[in-house]
Amino acid sequence: MRVKCLFFATYRDVAGAAELELELPENSTVSALVRHLRAQFATSALPTSPVVAVNQVYASLDTVLGDGDEVAFIPPVAGG
Amino acid sequence: MFCLITADPIDPSQLARQVRRDADGAVILFTGVVRDHHAGRAVEALEYQAYEEMAVAVLRQICEEVRATHDVGDIAVAHRVGELAIGEVSVAIAVAAPHRDAAYSASREIIERLKREVPIWKRERYSDGGAEWLGGHD
Repeated sequence: MRVKCLFFATYRDVAGAAELELELPENSTVSALVRHLRAQFATSALPTSPVVAVNQVYASLDTVLGDGDEVAFIPPVAGG
Repeated sequence: MFCLITADPIDPSQLARQVRRDADGAVILFTGVVRDHHAGRAVEALEYQAYEEMAVAVLRQICEEVRATHDVGDIAVAHRVGELAIGEVSVAIAVAAPHRDAAYSASREIIERLKREVPIWKRERYSDGGAEWLGGHD
């Protein structure tokens, strides 16, 4: 299945892109996606337990992903 | 209710006008503006980035929850993205209510929750040449 990853602020600098499409095994969790990305970026700048949103709703790391899901990696927010 | 993320300059008085109804005796308008210093460093400009679709959804959720718990009328919130100069309005929140107490506390709750929950980020560009994404709430 394919998922779309979105990166913002510091995470965008780490990923070197605003968006990334990834092929993952069926029923992968957010945690598995994080491990995959940390290995791919070879960096600890993406934490092991980042805040994420799946399809624009804050979600836990054990959330099971589905084909076409949009997973956003949310560094500490600083609006206002 | 009106929630907007925009790259265009915000007109706070327009927000204040649009929330007022005849039953309201108070309109509170909060504006956040870009200041020229942070933690002892001179700031030259700010860049805001947003996860726009989700930011609007979270803002709407916050406004709905605040309306459910405060005796207020209409609410309008606008937040800028892109590069802002010193003195520009980064965020404006207008709350109308029959009485001022509810309007003040609703306005306060919206800005505090916005800073903690809405996916928006701020990068400061300093006069000494550096630039940093801020991580946290102030």
